[in-house]
Amino acid sequence: MVIQGMTATIQQLDRVVIRFAGDSGDGMQLTGDRFTTDAAILGNDLSTLPNFPAEIRAPQGTLPGVSSFQLHFADHDVLTPGDEPDVLVAMNPAALKANLADLPRGATIIVDTDEFTKRNLAKVGYAVSPLDDGTLESYAVHPVALTSITVEALAGTELSRKDKERAKNMFALGLLSWLYTRPTQSTERFLALKFGGKPDLLHANLLALRAGVNYGETTEEFAVRYEVGPAPMKPGRYRNITGNIALSYGLVTASHKTGLPLVLGSYPITPASDILHTLSGLKRFGVTTIQAEDEIAGVGAALGAAFGGALGVTTTSGPGLALKAETIGLAVSLELPLIVCDIQRGGPSTGLPTKTEQADLLQAMFGRNGESPVAVVAPQSPGDCFDIALEAVRIATTYRTPVIVLSDGYLANGSEPWAIPSIADLPGQRVAYTTEPNAVDDKGDPVFHPYLRDPETLARPWAVPGTAGLEHRVGGIEKADVTGNISYDPDNHDLMVRLRQAKIDGIADTIPPLEVDDPSADAKVLVLGWGSTYGPIAAAVRDLRLQGHHVARAHLRHLNPFPPNTGEVLQAYDRVILPEMNLGQLALLLRARYLVDIQSHTAVRGLPFPSSALADVILKAVNA
Amino acid sequence: MSTIELGMPGRGLAGVPLLAEDAPAQTKKEFTSDQEVRWCPGCGDYAILATMQGFLPELGLKRENIVFVSGIGCSSRFPYYLDTYGMHSIHGRAPAIATGLATSRRDLSVFVVTGDGDALSIGGNHLIHALRRNVNLTILLFNNEIYGLTKGQYSPTSQVGSITKSTPMGSVDNPFNPVSLALGAEATFVARSMDSDRKHLTEVLRAATAHRGTSLVEIYQNCPIFNDGVFAVLKDREQAATRILHLVDGEEISAGDTVVVRGEAGSLTVVDRADADPARIVRHDVHAEDPSQAFAISRLIDPTLAHVPMGIFRDVDRPTYDDLVRDQVDASVEGLGGAASDADLDELLTGKDSWTVSA
Repeated sequence: MVIQGMTATIQQLDRVVIRFAGDSGDGMQLTGDRFTTDAAILGNDLSTLPNFPAEIRAPQGTLPGVSSFQLHFADHDVLTPGDEPDVLVAMNPAALKANLADLPRGATIIVDTDEFTKRNLAKVGYAVSPLDDGTLESYAVHPVALTSITVEALAGTELSRKDKERAKNMFALGLLSWLYTRPTQSTERFLALKFGGKPDLLHANLLALRAGVNYGETTEEFAVRYEVGPAPMKPGRYRNITGNIALSYGLVTASHKTGLPLVLGSYPITPASDILHTLSGLKRFGVTTIQAEDEIAGVGAALGAAFGGALGVTTTSGPGLALKAETIGLAVSLELPLIVCDIQRGGPSTGLPTKTEQADLLQAMFGRNGESPVAVVAPQSPGDCFDIALEAVRIATTYRTPVIVLSDGYLANGSEPWAIPSIADLPGQRVAYTTEPNAVDDKGDPVFHPYLRDPETLARPWAVPGTAGLEHRVGGIEKADVTGNISYDPDNHDLMVRLRQAKIDGIADTIPPLEVDDPSADAKVLVLGWGSTYGPIAAAVRDLRLQGHHVARAHLRHLNPFPPNTGEVLQAYDRVILPEMNLGQLALLLRARYLVDIQSHTAVRGLPFPSSALADVILKAVNA
Repeated sequence: MSTIELGMPGRGLAGVPLLAEDAPAQTKKEFTSDQEVRWCPGCGDYAILATMQGFLPELGLKRENIVFVSGIGCSSRFPYYLDTYGMHSIHGRAPAIATGLATSRRDLSVFVVTGDGDALSIGGNHLIHALRRNVNLTILLFNNEIYGLTKGQYSPTSQVGSITKSTPMGSVDNPFNPVSLALGAEATFVARSMDSDRKHLTEVLRAATAHRGTSLVEIYQNCPIFNDGVFAVLKDREQAATRILHLVDGEEISAGDTVVVRGEAGSLTVVDRADADPARIVRHDVHAEDPSQAFAISRLIDPTLAHVPMGIFRDVDRPTYDDLVRDQVDASVEGLGGAASDADLDELLTGKDSWTVSA
């Protein structure tokens, strides 16, 4: 990818990866977000990767305080946020140092020279400024006095120097918008909304934004501007969406379709809290949110609401899932619908709260006492979080079971253009409660048996309080088949354990088969994935195919139960490679289940796989 | 025991459907499930169950709109024996589960049945948060000062020095006073009663269900197996007369020849009536907004049970969590023209920054 050139005109590019990096307080996430929205509106396909520390404001100018936002936009189908940035915007020496190793030779670097002070350089261990000592020789460096030019541009305003400096992210955005020939109208609209009540700040931010554009126009620092054309996309209405927003909207849509009021019980935890924030603003759709005293109470409130006939949902991350385990076990025993969203992050323990990982799969599968099967599904992209929510609700309400949704930090905060579905066209139907007795007693009188199952799904009736004649008691203690009365009978327990398992296994009958993408039908190697590795795997496989290699690819969205043809698919290839951001958890399950010698490829760096690294691994297998 | 003043009429059951006016009166039998009761012979739980089964018909509610949620422990088997809706959940979590149920269903009367271990040890957090939120629940805390179901370990209400299976040299844990704890959590209704005093317990239950918000009722309950006789002095008529301080709204707090007076420093003490300065005799004010007198009354108890306040400590009005949550949802739904349509949802999904790709 050539970014720099000597012609003074606009140069066409097919794709660009930009990384904005600065202090946690520099507004890099906002800058990235705005650039993303503008790219989306221009019709580029895109993918984003926000990357920030767990600390809200780590000490200024230090490496731990660096926050970044990477955006990959292109005139074609984009599958990942990009392995290597073509452009780095570094707001201080720390941002440069933290990100330099990721840049390919020849990349463009824009730095705020005002921040390259002796003190700031010393904070990150630079004895001499890298701008002066030849360190950056092989890059196209553009030193811009971002802070002082911004302050200068705002000279006429009443703001304090500090407030003026804070607008420098808008200057950077303006400059980049000019450099990539993007309009700034949508950002101006956004600023008008954000600072509507604070005309001083609105004016300052708009001035800074325009100053950035004008700086590009008037200086000779940049000889070339670039343009990335729109990507061919299916006709329709699009928006940009993050995984957490998509998941929230999916849950609300499922509530609307099923007619079950949505009740969220949740405790704030990174990176799941945005779902709580979003749903708390959707009361208009009958959504009730309960910010509970702890993770256990969050899922408890959701389960209590489910007993009352609501769509009970709880949202969390790995440490919270551990705390909720006992209540999820109760839900397994009560056989009530319950949605548990685990937005995975690096573990164990507190781990890496703001980084991504896929290491909760075995916890979701087995992290409860006793034989306690639940359905497990995983979205594969930010937009797919919407569809997976609908699917989770379908399974939970049809089979009266907890369903664990395994999203992760990468999907949660990452975004992509999303074809907005029409509500009327979406699947999902109204869920009806049981309202009539379902059996007769010895005397022939009608009675209600809470554990008399539907022969097809093995689901038990969902009779909610307020329904006359169906009064019954449920509990976590083992119960007799059919009647639900307390039972310690050995044969009954054996039967109930097997029935609960059979019910979950039976879900496989209603899920689509595992689809294999093998265009040449000549591949000997299958790359299998689950969850957020979809993008990097698909990009790696696409690159290899462009080089003439035959590689098949498949992606699991249902992890318990697996699609019924999973075994056949795995056995149809000489080699199966399974990349995971854990130490091989899905590989362990599949090997045990299907006796297939899966080649596990793992990395737990808190970041998505670079697709180029995956391509190398796959290529080795293809050539073996 | 003497009668308890009910105070202002309660709204605790507003929204819960009543039986039709011409419906035959409910009976105790209707509230009795077909399950065999399996507590130990002589357990105080039998008496509480009988009182509850006898009391529920008086509410005149549709039976299907009553729910009992319990945790784990002997007392938590309670829901199985009542022919209402019920959930026997997990240890300590009943208040959290009941909060979700009560918040999402305004038409239910929700009871929580719990014990001293369930509510005050493993579930302490959920209890205090239910109380501070003031969710419309009636929480019955059976206090026998021992772990029964796990066979006799000391509980968070056992007295210091209790010799139990897990404290062969005597417990060194300072116990909770459940009433003080509840008042500290700013509970709006707090009462104490006794398993064997059916009349008093019924009156307390009546007031508790009439109260809108969380009602905490501590019920002294005898465990004949692991802590037999722990409240025996309160069940002996003669001794009870001198030990039980009856809480009656607007009246002096007294037992036998003793009466509660306010001391110099503001704290309360029990003195012989003959020695009491009439100006310092305390009259109970169950509706006082300031909980400090109720708290001071709760501190009169001592490990020998020489003075035990019984009755309603506090009964004040405060908006309930579940009502406020529902009000916000209702206002949002009604403010925008009723239940959301497909079009409303389409608009949500489309958001403010969308674009069209043409063919």
